Amino acid sequence: MLLIHCPFCKNRNETEFVYGGPVGANRPDPNLVSDEEWVDYLTMVPNPMGPVYERWWHARGCDKWFIICRDTVTHEILENPSEEP
Amino acid sequence: MQNYSLLSLARNALTGHKNWQKAWRSPPLKEKYEVVIIGAGGHGLATAYYLAKEFGITDVAVLERGWLGGGNVARNTVTVRSNYLRDQSIPFYVKSVSLYEGLTKKLNFNMMHSKRTMVDVVHNYPKMRDLRRRQLTMDIYNSTYEKISVDRVRQLIPALTGGGAGSRLPIIGGMVHKDAGVNRHDAVAWGYARAADALGVEMHQKTAVTSLLRANNGDIQGVGTVKGNVEAKKVVVAVSGHTTTITETASLRLPLRTMNLTAFVSEPIKPIVDVIVNCSDLGFYFSQSDKGELVIGGAPDSAQSFRRDIKQHVFEDTVGAMLELFPSFKNLKLLRQWGGHLDITPDASPIMDETDVPGLFVTAGWWGGYKAIPAGGLTMAYHVATNSPHPLMKAFSYNRFKNLDYILETGTTTAR
Repeated sequence: MLLIHCPFCKNRNETEFVYGGPVGANRPDPNLVSDEEWVDYLTMVPNPMGPVYERWWHARGCDKWFIICRDTVTHEILENPSEEP
Repeated sequence: MQNYSLLSLARNALTGHKNWQKAWRSPPLKEKYEVVIIGAGGHGLATAYYLAKEFGITDVAVLERGWLGGGNVARNTVTVRSNYLRDQSIPFYVKSVSLYEGLTKKLNFNMMHSKRTMVDVVHNYPKMRDLRRRQLTMDIYNSTYEKISVDRVRQLIPALTGGGAGSRLPIIGGMVHKDAGVNRHDAVAWGYARAADALGVEMHQKTAVTSLLRANNGDIQGVGTVKGNVEAKKVVVAVSGHTTTITETASLRLPLRTMNLTAFVSEPIKPIVDVIVNCSDLGFYFSQSDKGELVIGGAPDSAQSFRRDIKQHVFEDTVGAMLELFPSFKNLKLLRQWGGHLDITPDASPIMDETDVPGLFVTAGWWGGYKAIPAGGLTMAYHVATNSPHPLMKAFSYNRFKNLDYILETGTTTAR
């Protein structure tokens, strides 16, 4: 079980959170990019064996979305959350 | 290859079992092969076997980081079935189930295949409608699926005493899939390895591949391993959860995420259930092994993970859900728990294709890939040997994502 540092509630159990996926590229304007770039945005996510930035949602808590950096092998949380801009 | 039979057993018994041949050789690693397969798991070994058997390509090396059959082929729950949703998927899995049923004879290795019915326990009407729709598609491809009543569900699974009218999740019916079965996973790995070895394929254990090598024109040239470089005209990546770790070394990106899936077994008990029980709404399924253990599969850990252990809360969720329906199981001791990491595509269907790197093939995105081993190996070998995809796996192309032409199978396995 992860102990996730919510920016508002501080350290809480993982079961209070919903995983929101790895942080990929920023959403481009579909009208301004090529089909290839749009499909790339839709299908490709980082899948490193090691640190990855990912979104979590404190759904059973303060409802806040935030980003942490977590190691996919050790599950260690390497960076404190920054708030979603 | 030394034939396994009653006669050979008797003959070797008389000589004190000292003359059994090794199941496969361990030759020194050469510098060059026609085909290199990365990963001596189910799909890698099956691909090697069919390359040699069906297409006469025997200059093949299977390179394995750990030991043969020690990856996900040893970590699954041996469920073989073909109740999928899409027109592209069902015939592929029907073929795989039928190949499995004939595998003991074909490989002269006892797969301990046990054909059992799979029973889906259904708790809500939208799910039932969805499964009835699946049944109509499956009918077209000769896969069996049939709706049954709650009484019939309880008849087939006497241990299912929870889920009554007053419970939180009452059962409203079930679906029966008669083609399903279980077998012995070690036998699948060892059987394919032994038969492939007999045809000239080489198995190299403890030979980790560290990178893919490309020629100046971009084609695949071989692989870098801990024992030095190995040249090959064609390379097949069959490494389950580590696919992107390998393909990134050739600057190839694939739409895969690596996740961790839960499994555990109980202590052995007297026969209590002779079907495979699937409670997908509650996120678990199980069958009873020949040894008497209940082999239980659970839900995936929600976030990406390259770990092979499981999280306590995922484990507890699965057990809690199971006890809702099977309250008598609360006295069971659980012997072992483990996880496996596998990679998943955006549509939960596999990728079996030659990639943008000419000569580099991947078989990946297997979520429940155990049931697909024979058909996956056969069709991958076909593609590698003939340079064109086998009709049964043509749809599982890498390019389908470029057209957003998904074969959406989310929900037909524990992938959600």
